[in-house]
Amino acid sequence: MDLARWQFGVTTVYHFLFVPITIGLSALVAGLQTAWVRTGDERWLRLTKFYGKLLLINFAMGVVTGIVQEFQFGMNWSDYSRFVGDIFGAPLAIEALLAFFLESTFLGLWIFGWDKLPKKVHLACIWAVAIGTQLSAYFILAANSWMQNPVGYRFNPDTGRAELTDFAAVLTNKVTLVTYPHTVAGCFLVAGALMLAIALWHLVRNGAEEFRPALRLGAWVTMVAALATLVTGDIQGKIMTDVQPMKMAAAEGLYETERSAGLSVFTIGSLDGSREVYALKIPGLLSWLGQGDVNAAVEGVNDLQARYSAQYGAGSYTPIIPVTYWSFRLMIGFGLLTALVAAWALWTHRKGRRPTSRWLVRAGIVLPLLPLAANAFGWIFTEMGRQPWIVFGEMLTRDGVSRTVSASEVVTSLAGFTLLYGLLAVVEVKLLLRFIRPGLPDPAPPPETDTDDRPLAFAY
Amino acid sequence: MDLSTIWFILIAILFTGYFVLEGFDFGVGILLPLLGRDDRQRRVLINTIGPVWDGNEVWVLTAGGAMFAAFPEWYATLFSGFYLPLLLILVALILRGVAFEYRGKRDDPQWKSWWDRAIFFGSLLPALLWGVAFGNIVRGVRLDATHEYVGGFWALLNPYALLGGLVTLSLFTTHGAVFLALKTTGEIRERANVLAGRTGLAAAALAVGFLAWTLFGVRGGAAAAVLAMFAALALVGGLAANLVRREGWAFAGTAAAIALAVACLFAALFPDVLPSIVDPANSLTVDNASSTSYTLKIMTWVAVVFTPIVLAYQGWTYWVFRKRIGVDHIPQA
Ligand code: HDD
Ligand code: HEM
Ligand code: HEM
Repeated sequence: MDLARWQFGVTTVYHFLFVPITIGLSALVAGLQTAWVRTGDERWLRLTKFYGKLLLINFAMGVVTGIVQEFQFGMNWSDYSRFVGDIFGAPLAIEALLAFFLESTFLGLWIFGWDKLPKKVHLACIWAVAIGTQLSAYFILAANSWMQNPVGYRFNPDTGRAELTDFAAVLTNKVTLVTYPHTVAGCFLVAGALMLAIALWHLVRNGAEEFRPALRLGAWVTMVAALATLVTGDIQGKIMTDVQPMKMAAAEGLYETERSAGLSVFTIGSLDGSREVYALKIPGLLSWLGQGDVNAAVEGVNDLQARYSAQYGAGSYTPIIPVTYWSFRLMIGFGLLTALVAAWALWTHRKGRRPTSRWLVRAGIVLPLLPLAANAFGWIFTEMGRQPWIVFGEMLTRDGVSRTVSASEVVTSLAGFTLLYGLLAVVEVKLLLRFIRPGLPDPAPPPETDTDDRPLAFAY
Repeated sequence: MDLSTIWFILIAILFTGYFVLEGFDFGVGILLPLLGRDDRQRRVLINTIGPVWDGNEVWVLTAGGAMFAAFPEWYATLFSGFYLPLLLILVALILRGVAFEYRGKRDDPQWKSWWDRAIFFGSLLPALLWGVAFGNIVRGVRLDATHEYVGGFWALLNPYALLGGLVTLSLFTTHGAVFLALKTTGEIRERANVLAGRTGLAAAALAVGFLAWTLFGVRGGAAAAVLAMFAALALVGGLAANLVRREGWAFAGTAAAIALAVACLFAALFPDVLPSIVDPANSLTVDNASSTSYTLKIMTWVAVVFTPIVLAYQGWTYWVFRKRIGVDHIPQA
């Protein structure tokens, strides 16, 4: 079972390195192309093509790692699939029908259709892709949120499974409603930072003035997205305290119920946080995050453990505290750091100035990694904080795993995926760098006469 | 008709769509080293499916999602039971998908030849393994009383299923060759036409043998028999059209043959979805594997509204990219 968990964790975190770039960048590229269609200014077209190419390189990885996700539930988590299929399968199937067809078909049209479609229809294609990614995110997050906070179902003792009673309730789960904007904001944080980082590098290193609009757009998107994650994250904290108080307690490593609980920035102590040596604390902040009131009481791990044992039977209902504690801080920390670098870059470029600071370039190089890490830690926090449950309050993770799949099979697949993913990561990063280095492409040659022998505008 | 029967049919349609569409993608990938003698020719081949292969692949994602939603027991038992073959399919699809996108991104023969190999094996393996998987589904596997698969990996490699694999492999290769004859110009078009004639004969022999074995040795029924006959007729008609260079009709023929053969297998399967060869009582059927009727009802509405829309825009894509391509259309890298 631990192997199956590792495999799910590794493949999912990996999938989610590409997902935010696709979600954010498809919308930003659509925005750039819209600017070109509306103004006719060649500059926008060159930016569209440049960032569009990065989107494509990334999209390929998002697609192939996503296929693994789709099949993995049945392969490694078959008892889980049996238990929840009635509910969980529906958003997944709808996601494929509504979102994946839309994304993949219109992306194909966009890539190959530059010379085959009227300008505005071609523009609509990239918007269709961007909308597809949003639909995809919504339905998959609805599925995931159901695992955090199951609603709209009843447990049927005859069939031994959870059965759907109210689909609307699943789609309007309060956890979904806040997780979706939070996650999408996190995605724009990544895409904005990526756009900004590349523009920064070209502008500072090569004096490539044509990147200035991308720098400004990327920086603003990053900062607005960071603000949005902050606001939605704050609401999430309150909903989480309501539906999964244990996760909130575990986020702070708060063992005893406390009034006016503080949020520590970091703690030095024993690894499981039960003994603290030194902690930098912001008083009242945890209470504020959880309840919206600095004086409110926050339930501690020990009380919740006692309550759950009484409710669900003996056993441990506590997630691994160091993991939740640190992943929560790293998520917030890396996210805020991203926004700070974006603000710094924007400040140094005010009114057409061009900074030469080597430090800024260095910060720019690591910049895209920060929000990616923030996203990954956000997921690790959410998923590990739910443990030991796979469906909160209904099914334990250890009961969801496939019984007939042998350990050696899982070792094979885990090793295979890790190796393959590792190799592909190297290839992908190298390719991205190769494309980023030369800068913007030349403006496209004027459209030729429409004859049958003319070369394709784009070909693999 | 009950909803669970409708969903059985819908899933059959999704797999049919997948094999008809991705069938020629696989065929093109398998033929890449055979028909593409130099880099430009190989690029022609890849670009015939460039705009559409990803959309075609989504058919199987939707089929998988629909199985999960409509028949969770089927999805769970099948995917955990056929663990290693599915793993191989996944690895193959990963390499192939990345290869299309990355192959042309560096102008280096070594780089390209690596990705060409990925496209070849990434197309060959799934073309073979999907046939093996469906052979096993139709033949039935060892399921215990809790509907868990207990047969192990080697039991999946029985002669009947392996023959099924060869059928899909040869059929998809032929389908791909016919597609290429329809979509290209010049030398490639000629060679694809000749090749389709040869692989077509092999495919016809294998397919007829497999369908006969299915009907007489495994499971059948009147509907399945009729479908099998039409599948054979369509294939023969397609090959005849290929011979007289009616490329559109030839493609329609191989497409119909694949569709009818898949339909035949599903018809033979019904009302089981995964038969047990240990004890018929252990079989998974449309009734004991399905979701609640509430879930099926919602899913039916979604499918009824959105499937025509998907078909419309996918059809439009094929219209937009309807022109043949040849080596002259390939821009310099
Ligand atoms: C918040 C958004 C989000 C989340 C949580 C997930 N995905 Fe994902 N997925 C996307 C957002 C996305 C996307 C933006 O729509 C992708 C990324 C790149 C792409 O091509 O589409 C995608 C691609 C993608 C594909 C390929 C689609 C195609 O061929 O076009 C599949 C099958 C999945 N995903 C399945 C899953 C499953 C089963 C997940 C649950 C573990 C999952 N994804 C998590
Ligand atoms: C619908 C979407 C998702 C579902 C249904 C889902 C479900 C699961 C399941 C079944 C597990 C394994 C059992 C467990 O350890 O909890 C898991 C673990 C995990 N998932 Fe998710 N997950 C989803 C999305 C994501 C995403 C997008 C990420 C982040 C990139 C993610 C990160 C993780 C991590 C880090 C683990 C822990 C792995 C471990 O235990 O070692 N999950 N999730
Ligand atoms: C700034 C960068 C941030 C990024 C990239 C980020 C990303 C994520 C991601 C990907 C998740 C998992 C998906 C989800 O459940 O939504 C998550 C969960 C969460 N985030 Fe953030 N986050 C950021 C900042 C914040 C901030 C500032 C807060 C708090 C004020 C916050 C509070 C939360 C909470 C409470 C959860 C868990 C929700 C749950 O499990 O129910 N996040 N974050």
